[in-house]
Amino acid sequence: MNDPKNGMTLIVKTVTRVTVWLIVLYGIYLILHGHLTPGGGFGGGVILALAFLNIMLAYGRDATQKWLNIKFLEDIEAVSATLFLFMGILGIALGGRFLMNFLPKGTPHALFSAGTIPILNILIGIKVAMSLFLVVWVLAGLHEEEGGKK
Amino acid sequence: MPVETWLYFTLGFMILGSIIALEIKDILSSIVAIGVVGLGVSVAFLFLQAPDLAIVQFLFEIFAMIILVRAFVKKDYHAETPARVNGFLVAISMLVIIAIFVSSISVFKLLPPFGQPLFETAQHYVDHGVRETGAVNLVTAIILDYRAYDTLGEVTVLFTAILGTITILRIRNGKNAGRKGA
Amino acid sequence: MILYLMCFALFLVGVYGLLTKRDLIKLILSIAVMGYAVNLFLILFAYKKDAGIPILLEGVVQGSMVDPLPQALVLTSIVIELGTTALLVALAIRLVQKYKTFDITKIRRLFG
Repeated sequence: MNDPKNGMTLIVKTVTRVTVWLIVLYGIYLILHGHLTPGGGFGGGVILALAFLNIMLAYGRDATQKWLNIKFLEDIEAVSATLFLFMGILGIALGGRFLMNFLPKGTPHALFSAGTIPILNILIGIKVAMSLFLVVWVLAGLHEEEGGKK
Repeated sequence: MPVETWLYFTLGFMILGSIIALEIKDILSSIVAIGVVGLGVSVAFLFLQAPDLAIVQFLFEIFAMIILVRAFVKKDYHAETPARVNGFLVAISMLVIIAIFVSSISVFKLLPPFGQPLFETAQHYVDHGVRETGAVNLVTAIILDYRAYDTLGEVTVLFTAILGTITILRIRNGKNAGRKGA
Repeated sequence: MILYLMCFALFLVGVYGLLTKRDLIKLILSIAVMGYAVNLFLILFAYKKDAGIPILLEGVVQGSMVDPLPQALVLTSIVIELGTTALLVALAIRLVQKYKTFDITKIRRLFG
């Protein structure tokens, strides 16, 4: 993990180790409070992807691969997209319309309110985070392959 | 100062930035200039009372810049001979674009003045949105409740675009990709 | 009206780049500029004078709000724009690897 050949210098690695969790926390906050404050699934998802990207840039691609299971991330992406569809079909079964808001609405301004909206927000956040991280991951892999050839 | 003044400044800045981005020779400067234009859009969204959009535009701008820099800057771009430009075609294009701009002024005169929107159909969302969905952020209420079907289509488009990207980038290194799991 | 015209001018800058530039990266950037102009025009058009953000705040009595519907549509549009940009970048990388040039006039195979 602390191999000096991979990634950036020790200072960057140490700072990254502390700040990445703050970035992840901020992303989760934006996703969970999407129905109360500005933000929501798209913005929070990009912040999560940028946190993963931060790790990849600081530690290098190989070290990241040791403790992030990339295949698992791909699976999560597909599963969250499927669950979005499943929520829609559940709306038909329980409410009568596709993607209907079948859960109780609750009181406004409470965290647990607005029925299915927070659930859909979480699913979109995971989907956006994983797909955007995978794009940069594949791009970075392309570069290392070219560097190896030369 | 009124909102219009700030928006004149921001829009002029953006036009200048995009012209610089298209005309400058160095490719890194060009990408950075486009990033500045995107941040100008984000600031304009803030002045236009759309904080949701400002956050999302800001983050996506950062992401697009990372993708572009990662993809193009490390290549030996500067060794290329600069692209040959046909002066005649450029002059014709400029003339056509200026003609379109001048003739469209009369069309824009037909629009209502700034600050008095035409759309009134969305008044229903403003009046009944909180009671019907329970979400106080009306933008979220629209994209995930009233028009969730649109969002499903949008997730599908994003999924397909990313799938296409990953497929195109993996074509040549099929053997490596399987082994590395990338 | 001048704001709408400036936004249209931004769109035309993108069209100018798309028509006259011969460089793959510049073409991608022109498409991005056109996307910004269209998104910004929709939001400019929906702005109501002295209206607040379309979010109810706790304990504050708010007057009129701006229209939330165009904001929702533009939010969708921004995300899709990023997806198309990634796709264009991937295509451009493959073209550069195959033909060893960024100049689209030198890519003879595309002439058909």
